[in-house]
Amino acid sequence: MQAIGDWFQQLYETTGLNFSVFYDAYDWGRYFSGLNMTLLLSVTTILLSLVIGAIGALLQGSPSMLLRLPVNAFVVLFRNTPPLVQLFFFYFGLGTMLPAVEAAGMRVPLLSNVQWAIISLSLFAGAFNVEIFRSGIEAVPRTTLEAAEALGYTRLKAYIHIVLPLAIRVCLPALNNNLVNLLKTTTLAYAIAVPETLYAVKQIWSESQNVFEMMVVLLATYGILVGVLVWLMHRWERAMNIPGYAR
Amino acid sequence: MATSWTPDRPIVQCVDVRKSFGALEVLKGISLSVRKGEVICIIGPSGSGKSTLIRCINALQPITSGSIQIEGIEVSDPRLDKLALRRKVGMVFQQYNLFPHKTALQNVMMAPIHVLGQKRAEVEVRARALLAKVRLAGKEDTYPGELSGGQQQRVAIARSLAMRPDIMLFDEVTAALDPETVKEVLVTIRELAEDGMTCILVTHEMNFAREVADHVYFTDRGVIVEHGPPETLFTAAKDERTQRFLSQVL
Repeated sequence: MQAIGDWFQQLYETTGLNFSVFYDAYDWGRYFSGLNMTLLLSVTTILLSLVIGAIGALLQGSPSMLLRLPVNAFVVLFRNTPPLVQLFFFYFGLGTMLPAVEAAGMRVPLLSNVQWAIISLSLFAGAFNVEIFRSGIEAVPRTTLEAAEALGYTRLKAYIHIVLPLAIRVCLPALNNNLVNLLKTTTLAYAIAVPETLYAVKQIWSESQNVFEMMVVLLATYGILVGVLVWLMHRWERAMNIPGYAR
Repeated sequence: MATSWTPDRPIVQCVDVRKSFGALEVLKGISLSVRKGEVICIIGPSGSGKSTLIRCINALQPITSGSIQIEGIEVSDPRLDKLALRRKVGMVFQQYNLFPHKTALQNVMMAPIHVLGQKRAEVEVRARALLAKVRLAGKEDTYPGELSGGQQQRVAIARSLAMRPDIMLFDEVTAALDPETVKEVLVTIRELAEDGMTCILVTHEMNFAREVADHVYFTDRGVIVEHGPPETLFTAAKDERTQRFLSQVL
């Protein structure tokens, strides 16, 4: 590790390219905690958006108008408005209307900016996931569902054990795209001062005057994060491959 | 509603069953009854309502009027407990409709575990025995997509039997199969019938119907034209429509 630090220090002294995060412990600390926050945001919003998508798609297929209507309204609302505006709406709009709570002798908002970012981004990506899951569900043959029905499955149980596992296989490529987008969209949390990677890197370049170098680090960071996500999704896709099942 | 049934009464009783899809009336007053352990075959030209009838029997489709009783349970009752009904009635489809993401063994085990809440270990023993019974021992861990049509259909039969139904419905189960695999499925059904399972089959296999059925119903355009024991119906049909149909298919 020391060798890497020395090399970047050398690089700075000889060429003027200042990758401060790689030799300066303080900058590295800020960058690293920003990266952790990005990972926290990404993992929680991905999982929550999948849950929202699955529940939304189930309700959307319900025979009851009363269940379908709110889901459709939710999808339209969150798909037709910019995610940054949604984030502002939650944090500045709803956030200020909620009561503050007492914590460690201080009055703090009920939900922190990190929590609002998670809620807002999960709902945003969840709305797309609803539509993605729906496309997968529609690809499950009606007759397969009928077989489940004839075996006594309720709608919910058939959904959990038969429809959803098959639907996910069909819609994985589309889901893949949306989750990649979600990971990148976590940078919007910057706008409500969530100390994620973009926020941390911005702080570093304002102080160390190395905008170009930190931009390179930033782009490489997201490039690698998305690469890892895509690799994981492909592994998942392969793990779910069914022998002899051609779509 | 289900308490009054005793085994001396018909296990399936259809009375004046009518079913319409919009303006099109598919079943125009079907009455038939099946006793426990009986095997009945429903034959007739395409579009005569055969499949619709058996789909109505396990409430996959609601009937428009009339009555269908399974062990005294009224299928058209709006408060019908479909789960209770489907525990009594197994169904095998023309297109097998196996769950493609589960192995043969898992396909057989799923419903008893998920629907009946039975213990996995017990169900597995039974499922393995059922697969052996339909001559698929050794194929437990194979996925449906890797099995032939005839093998898939036998898994589907085992899957239905795992729910321990009192009645089995077969909806043209050999119609989608290659000629050489038809026989293996028919052998399985025949063994079931010999074991005393109540079976209702919609079929185009006339020789099979003649051989295994206790009673054969000939339907045409939504009505039962004529019915009787196979030896009578196949050799001495009274109605001219039955005669014409039989002369075309035999």
